[in-house]
Amino acid sequence: MTPAGSLLVATGLRKAYGPTTALDGAEFSIHPGEVVAVMGPSGSGKSTLLHCLAGIVPPDSGSILYNGREMARMSDAERSQLRRSEFGFVFQFGQLVPELTCVENVALPLRLSGTNRKEAEQAALSWMERLEVDDLRKKRPGEVSGGQGQRVAVARSLVTNPCVLFADEPTGALDSLNGERVMELLTEAARSTNAAVVLVTHEARVAAYSDREIVVRDGKSRDMERVV
Amino acid sequence: MNVRHWTRDLGMGVRFAFAGGREGWVRVLLTGVGVGLGVALLLLTTALPNALNARSGREAARSDINYGSEEIPKGDDTLLLAASGTTFRDKDIRGRDVQPEGPKAPLPPGVEKLPAVGEMVVSPALEKLLGSDEGKLLRERLPQQIVGTIGDSGLIGPAELTFYRGGEGLAAQLDSGGVVRIEKFGNQDSSSDPLDPVLLLLILVVFVVLLMPVGVFIAAAVRFGGERRDRRLAALRLVGSDSRMTKRVAAGEALAGAALGLLFGTGFFLLGREIAGSLELFDVSVFPSYLNPSPALALLVAVVVPAAGVVVTLFALRRVVIEPLGVVRTAKPARRRLWWRLLLPLAGLAMLYPMFGQGRDDGDFNQYLVVGGVMLLLVGVTVLLPWIVETVVARLGSGGIAWQLAVRRLQLSSGTAARMVNGIAVAVAGAIALQMLFTGIDDDYTRPTGKDVTRAQMQVNVPDGVPLAQSAAKFRDTDGVRGVYAYDEAYVSEKPMDAELSSQVTVGDCAALREVTRLPSCRDGDVFAVQGAEDDANTETLAKPGGTVYFDSGYTDGPETTPLAWTLPPTVKKAQARVDMTGWKRGGLMVTPKALPAGTVPGMNGQIYLSLDESVPDVRDLVRNTAATIDPVNEPMTWSSTARSERYDSIRTGLFVGAACVLALIGASLLVSQLEQLRERKKLLSSLVAFGTRRRTLSLSVLWQTAIPVAIGLLLASVVGLTLGAVLLRMSDAPITVDWASVATMAGSGAAVVLAVTLLSLPPLLRLMRPDGLRTE
Amino acid sequence: MCTVLPMSIGHTLLGLLESGPRHGYDLKRAFDEKFGHDRPLHYGQVYSTMSRLLKNGLVEVDGIEPGGGPERKRYAITEAGITDVQRWLATPEKPEPYLQSTLYTKVVLALLTHRNAADILDTQRSEHLRMMRILTDRKRKGDLADQLICDHALFHLEADLRWLELTAARLHKLAEAVTR
Repeated sequence: MTPAGSLLVATGLRKAYGPTTALDGAEFSIHPGEVVAVMGPSGSGKSTLLHCLAGIVPPDSGSILYNGREMARMSDAERSQLRRSEFGFVFQFGQLVPELTCVENVALPLRLSGTNRKEAEQAALSWMERLEVDDLRKKRPGEVSGGQGQRVAVARSLVTNPCVLFADEPTGALDSLNGERVMELLTEAARSTNAAVVLVTHEARVAAYSDREIVVRDGKSRDMERVV
Repeated sequence: MNVRHWTRDLGMGVRFAFAGGREGWVRVLLTGVGVGLGVALLLLTTALPNALNARSGREAARSDINYGSEEIPKGDDTLLLAASGTTFRDKDIRGRDVQPEGPKAPLPPGVEKLPAVGEMVVSPALEKLLGSDEGKLLRERLPQQIVGTIGDSGLIGPAELTFYRGGEGLAAQLDSGGVVRIEKFGNQDSSSDPLDPVLLLLILVVFVVLLMPVGVFIAAAVRFGGERRDRRLAALRLVGSDSRMTKRVAAGEALAGAALGLLFGTGFFLLGREIAGSLELFDVSVFPSYLNPSPALALLVAVVVPAAGVVVTLFALRRVVIEPLGVVRTAKPARRRLWWRLLLPLAGLAMLYPMFGQGRDDGDFNQYLVVGGVMLLLVGVTVLLPWIVETVVARLGSGGIAWQLAVRRLQLSSGTAARMVNGIAVAVAGAIALQMLFTGIDDDYTRPTGKDVTRAQMQVNVPDGVPLAQSAAKFRDTDGVRGVYAYDEAYVSEKPMDAELSSQVTVGDCAALREVTRLPSCRDGDVFAVQGAEDDANTETLAKPGGTVYFDSGYTDGPETTPLAWTLPPTVKKAQARVDMTGWKRGGLMVTPKALPAGTVPGMNGQIYLSLDESVPDVRDLVRNTAATIDPVNEPMTWSSTARSERYDSIRTGLFVGAACVLALIGASLLVSQLEQLRERKKLLSSLVAFGTRRRTLSLSVLWQTAIPVAIGLLLASVVGLTLGAVLLRMSDAPITVDWASVATMAGSGAAVVLAVTLLSLPPLLRLMRPDGLRTE
Repeated sequence: MCTVLPMSIGHTLLGLLESGPRHGYDLKRAFDEKFGHDRPLHYGQVYSTMSRLLKNGLVEVDGIEPGGGPERKRYAITEAGITDVQRWLATPEKPEPYLQSTLYTKVVLALLTHRNAADILDTQRSEHLRMMRILTDRKRKGDLADQLICDHALFHLEADLRWLELTAARLHKLAEAVTR
């Protein structure tokens, strides 16, 4: 039942944290260049689904195929390597290293995969230009506004040209104007690099930037496109 | 602002300290334990003088040295006593052979009845040792029946090994020394000799060096959980308290932590006191009852510690502006200034300067100046360190990602980092200075014995009346003895009863003689005159072939003997002196046994030197057992290449014990602040892991983050320590030498603490890096 | 504003009949009680609606009580009527302002007839999002005026959706209240 041409497919995901069941047989699939919103009430398992898809948290059971490779069979190091090179991440907050300057923060993923400092910071700067925050390069995260910081985070998530971008409530801490701008820039940039975007959000206006949505409720997912 | 406000705000602070949920409890507990450890150490320090007094009091009470000049006549209240202590492995055992001369003979403290011949009373620790498997060897040496134990009043520590044994025939040895007659134990007028000023200097510095880091540690402990507290205070500001109120509340919190620390400290101290009773450190054990802090000092601790906690807290809040919506650290803290930081150590040097070159001959050091100067120098470390860390870290260049993360973090908060290593820096600086002082005045307190421990490792003095050959044979039969070199030593003179012109005679077989001189050839019956020896002018004159000389015991205090004439053989061979195992070039006559005249030679003194097979376990105790069968009150000497003054030894011991405690303490506080810092970065850490940061990278950055300031701290500590050491050496008028090995050891142990702390904080770090941290619910 | 629009009165009455045959008067009372709050249904409306449903074969007359008069007729839902209700509930409403009353009616009816109310919400959200995507897309490509107009519509749609989410979160409570 794997949709043809999918980049990332998950079936029958189950995950429990102690006594609470976060995922109870969730399904998911995404194509390259597609933006899929994951919606649902808080506590429904949205974030857990994202963490499982990204290989951050191993599911208790179920399968996740990325490019035809079973993630469950990868070692922790392999999954880390995957996250470094093929995935990008934007979170709601708490993701920028407060001690590093903005440009150093953006360059961080590249440096983690071994790019030298100068090259990494050059690439970082060009992404910061695209997200209109290149003037912040010397500033530290504590000295910039929330919207600017989030754009820096988006620049960082894209700097490795990831195949999949995972965004967990990327606009959660922003006002609507800033939130929309961040979403616009994010989806635009993702489309231009043909990256797939897994967008966890509870806001309809943010989800409206997606191509389709998946609803998670009580750990079960519902692909609305296939239902209709 | 009146008393009511103060009590209200302080009370609120105290409540906050305890009512913070689980998190709050953990924080208060940490502070309490931290301050408690410091307080316990302080209390221990205040108790030490008492403990030492108690020990020396008991020591004096059982003293059996007769200081009086006149002889005590034999009576029905006198006791003959011989020191018969021995050594088992590396433990000294105090022992006395006692023989009452009448029914009213005095009893030593802690002993109810004097042991009869074949009996002994022992300390509990010795009884345990004798009963154990490992004490079997010792039991062979002390086979007497145990008829009682020595009570606490007769012991200076619970782990002391001591015995009183019934003796016989001691009167015969009364004249040869070793045996004394006493009518009571203990000496009233024990005016202990005043401490050597240099030793006093050492003791003062040891105390300052050990207590300073404790102070630094307490200061750090009351700041545990500071950031969380600041946030709580900000919330207070939001609901309308003014900045003065928040400061009072903060003071109240610190007070609560310090008070809990006092409570814990007292608990730790009492606990430690009990443990101290069952513990033996460096051959020193104490009874719990010894460790009573003097009330005045204890009260001082109880007042100063909470006060210090409050002062430190208020001082720390000086740069922090607590706004209703959060905490603002004055955005770019003013660049740290150097000049006043330099002032402190310079002032310290200035205080010590007047005492330069005083040495031990020129009277006392001014104690206040010494303590003040040393303290200022060491405090100088704590104020210089933040400046240096800031300056160095600001200039650190690029490196790997782990390095970059660490350096950037340090650049933002170099003060925290410097505070963390301050304790270690002070301890190391002080320890280096002391080490230098120790090694510098080593010559005076550690004398090389000159003994060649590669040739012989033990020496036995054979008592009068015991044939040498018989003793030598016993040692040859002893397990683990590789070589036995037995000599009878005596003196001959030209005329009977005339010491004017005399020379030493060494009697031994050819093999033994070859050990102490170079012989051309040797057969039993030969006599050699040694040439080229030290301090030997008479041999040439005396050693005339066929001449007559007289063996003489004229110098000894022993019973008069008749001189014995000896005609030298017609040929006296020449021998070349060589350095013997005792370290000198023996001169005089070398005589093989057959060449001696028949009959008892007066003034003959037997010495046996033993070379041991170190691979035989407990070889020294096997030798001692053999020696005990020859003479129970004569203990063989174990050779070492140097001999140390005992008092000097105990100061050194004290320093090691103290330094170990202090480093452990500081390690604990480092660990606590490290963990706290990590917990605050939980979210960031898990998001870094999410986008694929290797655990190794983050672990390494944590290591760098501690290692960089510690390296700077150790460097500064070395410089200050060496300076202080040089100053102290100048003060005691000793040549300035740097013992690099000890500098390395001290710096190394500081580094080891850092490594241990990093290793211990890795498991929690790895746990925090688990992606669960990303979960918001 | 809390009344059911005329076009859905028929479906509502049908839904009420699903739990069992009722007299016309009972239907009016049940409707008023659950949906009519400030504007009770006219009896004439019930009569005309029921005769339309009868004509379309969605209801049948279950029995007539003696005494005559239209109010004495007892209606029952037919299979075709159940299918019709089902289709109506499953079809999302066209996203437009002031939908709440219809959506509310749908949710309550679903609960009353033991259908899955959450499905209705998900389907509706999906429909709303489809509309919002179109508006968002238009906004991205348009000028400032377009953006402002689209934003107005988007915010209204979002408000609907937020209400939907809230209702979804309260389904459990609502189920208790309406089936009591």
